[in-house]
Amino acid sequence: MSSMTQKTDTAARVVGKRPASPGKTKGRTMSKMTLKTEGDRHVVVTRRFAASPEAVYRAHTEPKLLQKWCLGPDGWTMPNCLCEARPGGKIRYDWADGKGGDFYLTGEFVELEPYSRIVHIERMHLPDVTPDNDVETKFEPDGTGTLMTMRMTLPDKATRTAMLATGMEHGMKASYVRLETVI
Amino acid sequence: MLNLDTTFSALADPTRRAMLARLALGEATVLELARPFAMTQPAISRHLKVLEGAGLIIRRIDGTRRPCRLAPDGIKEIDRWLGTLRDALEKNYDRLDDVLATLKPKQRKDRR
Repeated sequence: MSSMTQKTDTAARVVGKRPASPGKTKGRTMSKMTLKTEGDRHVVVTRRFAASPEAVYRAHTEPKLLQKWCLGPDGWTMPNCLCEARPGGKIRYDWADGKGGDFYLTGEFVELEPYSRIVHIERMHLPDVTPDNDVETKFEPDGTGTLMTMRMTLPDKATRTAMLATGMEHGMKASYVRLETVI
Repeated sequence: MLNLDTTFSALADPTRRAMLARLALGEATVLELARPFAMTQPAISRHLKVLEGAGLIIRRIDGTRRPCRLAPDGIKEIDRWLGTLRDALEKNYDRLDDVLATLKPKQRKDRR
């Protein structure tokens, strides 16, 4: 779900773009993601999908579907996926890059409102465990598609550093221009 | 030490972000930084103090001047983290588009 932050590649990045106008749900040209910080504690991500809230919700809760997309950068797989989509249900995602770069995430579901809202808690094991990340994911009808809004906790500095240190960044050039669009 | 809360409060103000953008071009004095803004020098100095307290800028002493420059490590780490998160999620959601495209016809069939 929200914690695939382990590897960065050189793919072109879209920064600070607004999502395309709702109602146009043809493929990925309409589906630009936004990512913003909210206050100093949260990150809010929005994305539109050309599918029903039910389909997007299912893709967030069914292991067989999660294993196809929740992989972060190219080259990673999710060999094991536990996702007990009920309040109190357990989450565990194991990721591998085939080169020994393995780590996993555990969590628990707090609330589920099919097919509109998921609240869960997650943490990374790098292998040191990171502090809990409270995540709320909403799925709203938007024209013939779905607007997804995910609100997550911004990790503290030590956690970010640990996450960045798990082998992940190549070629990322910090720039204040980009920062302006992110903040 | 960089503290996330103070960093983000420091960045929340548009004047301070503009000052950082100016400093990205190179070192500047308080007067130079104040020039684009309709602000008194003490007001500018207060903003600089916040940026300095958040570890985002460094000031040195040069006679009577206290020129400022960016403390690069201050921002990079947050920027890097958010950038990494953005990259990973964009990849995820592009793949999810494909997954959803395969899901749709099946759903319709199921319901028939």
